[in-house]
Amino acid sequence: MLEILGNALTNNGLIVAFTVVGLTMLVSYFLSDKLTKGRIHGSAIAIALGLVLAYIGGVVTGGEKGLSDIGIFAGIGLMGGGMLRDFAIVATAFGANFSEIKKAGVNGVVSLFLGVILSFVIGVGIALAFGYTDAVSLTTIGAGTATYIVGPVTGTAIGASSEVITLSIAAGLVKSILTMIGTPFVAKYIGLNNPRTAMVYGGLMGTTSGVAGGLAATDPKLVPYGAVTATFYTGLGCLMAPSVLFLMTKAVFG
Amino acid sequence: MVIYGVALLSICLLSGVFLGDLLGNILGINANVGGVGIAMLMLILLAEYLKKKDKLKAPTQEGLSFWSAMYIPIVIAMSAQQNVVAALDGGPLALTAGVAAVLISWAIVPILSKGGNANETLENEMTGGDQRVRNIR
Repeated sequence: MLEILGNALTNNGLIVAFTVVGLTMLVSYFLSDKLTKGRIHGSAIAIALGLVLAYIGGVVTGGEKGLSDIGIFAGIGLMGGGMLRDFAIVATAFGANFSEIKKAGVNGVVSLFLGVILSFVIGVGIALAFGYTDAVSLTTIGAGTATYIVGPVTGTAIGASSEVITLSIAAGLVKSILTMIGTPFVAKYIGLNNPRTAMVYGGLMGTTSGVAGGLAATDPKLVPYGAVTATFYTGLGCLMAPSVLFLMTKAVFG
Repeated sequence: MVIYGVALLSICLLSGVFLGDLLGNILGINANVGGVGIAMLMLILLAEYLKKKDKLKAPTQEGLSFWSAMYIPIVIAMSAQQNVVAALDGGPLALTAGVAAVLISWAIVPILSKGGNANETLENEMTGGDQRVRNIR
């Protein structure tokens, strides 16, 4: 009986994922309505719940892919994986206003460069404070503070130790998760309620998953504007960190 | 046809990812440079062009709208497969670096985005489908 059910669920992974996410959203919107009178948006609660599930999955299996490491929930990995995520993010562009993107284009590009450099410098500073002094480790941790993809790409390119690479990934993950959770709470204070600011936001924060999740919980209409800049950030980071930024770090710290 | 919209979306994503990889290759890095961003711009331009020519029929738009609406559920699935354990196990260095980067970036947002006006563009697009989206008061 149980075996039959287990097989049925395992063989229909993506369908299970639709069910799990649907129920998670149902619960989240219910909580949002009843407990917070809609003050905290349902999708913000759902994302937080998703992270809790990911934590439980990680603890239970010891894997790296959160809930999707548990056999019957493997479909979560497909539904929330890079392919469908990018597909849906591009779909949000349908209905975005191109003239708005053109108007904020310069701000967006400036925020991209500033965002990468700023996060990098902060990461290097914190790594220094924790007693790292060699340019390779400093650069890798700085790169990871940009995003958790830039960190390992840079670390591998300049030959950092695996311990430092792991640290850089963790720093990027913290940034991504905090952006996901925190965006709806700070939106009001930083004027994040229009396309132009959303584009700047995407460029400064740069974590595609963090920005996409955070904006979805703030105002879904802003998602395409934030995503259109955020998706350039990782590429720019991978371009700058192992080259220009590494050379500069090397020049300063030897 | 709904599939036309889905196929249009697919073509944009594939072209964008290809161009992003190509760009990465030209620049000599092992990463995709802005593939999704390129795809988004392509879709916006293509959709505008097709609308002008009256070639983007309602069912085709439904194919696009469906995936656009599936975006939040997909983001939730994405959050459910993050490596939260690793983030928390990263120790004080990773936590401090991540938190500091986010807080300082937040502080910079208003400085860089002057001139953005809340009501000028979003208000006139409010046609139905506003699902009680509100910021925290």
